[in-house]
Amino acid sequence: MNLYQFMLENHTEVLELTLEHLWLVGISTILAVLVGIPLGILITRHPALNKPILGGANIIQTIPSLALFGFLLPAPWIGERADRIAILALALYALLPMIRNTYVGIKGVDRAVIEAGRGMGLTDLQLLFQVELPLALGVIIAGVRVATVISVGLATIAAAIGAGGLGEYIFRGLAMVNNQVILAGAIPAAVMALLADVSLGWLEKRLSPN
Amino acid sequence: MSDSPDIRPAIEFRNVSYRLGGNGAAARTLLNDLNLEVQRGETLVLLGRSGSGKTTTLKLINRLLTPSEGELRVDSRPIDEWDVIRLRRMIGYVIQEVGLFPHFTVERNIGLVPKIEKWEHSRISKRVGELLQLVGLDPEVASRYPRELSGGQRQRVGVARALAADPPILLMDEPFGALDPITRAELQREFLDLQKRLRKTVVFVTHDLREALLLGTRIALMEAGRVVAVQTPEQFLASTEALPCAYKNAFGAVL
Repeated sequence: MNLYQFMLENHTEVLELTLEHLWLVGISTILAVLVGIPLGILITRHPALNKPILGGANIIQTIPSLALFGFLLPAPWIGERADRIAILALALYALLPMIRNTYVGIKGVDRAVIEAGRGMGLTDLQLLFQVELPLALGVIIAGVRVATVISVGLATIAAAIGAGGLGEYIFRGLAMVNNQVILAGAIPAAVMALLADVSLGWLEKRLSPN
Repeated sequence: MSDSPDIRPAIEFRNVSYRLGGNGAAARTLLNDLNLEVQRGETLVLLGRSGSGKTTTLKLINRLLTPSEGELRVDSRPIDEWDVIRLRRMIGYVIQEVGLFPHFTVERNIGLVPKIEKWEHSRISKRVGELLQLVGLDPEVASRYPRELSGGQRQRVGVARALAADPPILLMDEPFGALDPITRAELQREFLDLQKRLRKTVVFVTHDLREALLLGTRIALMEAGRVVAVQTPEQFLASTEALPCAYKNAFGAVL
């Protein structure tokens, strides 16, 4: 049986696992955006927090993913369901690119523009929303892009703790020593990563000033 | 305010010092015991070499920097009693790098403060049209982005933006310094015309003696964080003191 036939015969399952995968990546990325961008803004305002926050996000990145999934198992509420663990772990991994790109994007805004804005009497919030964030948006989206692409790959490992997603096929195929089954998980995941990369890359370009 | 001309100075520096790095041994004094009064409607030029404290002096006025010592009054009111946002909105600010918002059209750049001040849309576009005309720009540039303008046009937009909410005070930090000589001369002439009509209180920073003599009603000569002399252009030219003479010699060939 070739890969094409396998996927055709199991198309409902392929679709189901793909949607599950998308759900894990989507929710975790949204969480990372909601937490990471405000943290990135925070450290542009309070340089003293820069090291602890970026350092913390950095340390999380160094934890092997399988170990992080394991660490979260005993966590209350989170640990009760595998998908919650997977989403939290993926969100934690996505934090670093979100925080760092938000920080770098805002810090990269031309000093003269900021100075002119403050001199004209813009409040800090007006400066942030009218000037800094719009001008940093391209760099911030680039962070979302990196985080999403990494997440699509990492999410395959979530199947190891029973969180579902396309990793199911990969682990099943490994157990069965069946390349077809591995590819049935790996190829849709790769396509998903490519699509995320291309579409967010397009968005990044659209939203970059100049 | 009464109808009689207001003779109180618009801006007063009393024994103002500004230090970087606190009061410890590592502190660097940028301004030392500065005393200065800027009269309403005059153009006071701060003339001095790089690092003499001109820009620092300017930034104290709109509170981008806070004095380490001494008292600074704007409109007879101590600067720390002002709401900083209100203060800045009544002080137009023009800098050499212009600092136009690159993601806004010319119209939005000029109209930003009026918009924040909740002016009606029609009033803003009318004001933008007026201002573009005032600074000698074609109204059709309103829809362009800063990157589509020449250096001279950009600086004109910078001046228009600073004037948008009709502030009584204007701070200009080497506004024409990055322009080619011909454009610079053009903008200097236009500035004089504009100032004749608008009578703003202007503090103008430059290191160019010719510019100072041309535009200033008075010239405050700065050196190493101090104001060493405040003179009219005529007095400056007649002066026999060392520092004014050094400037005149440096510019001798072109005066």
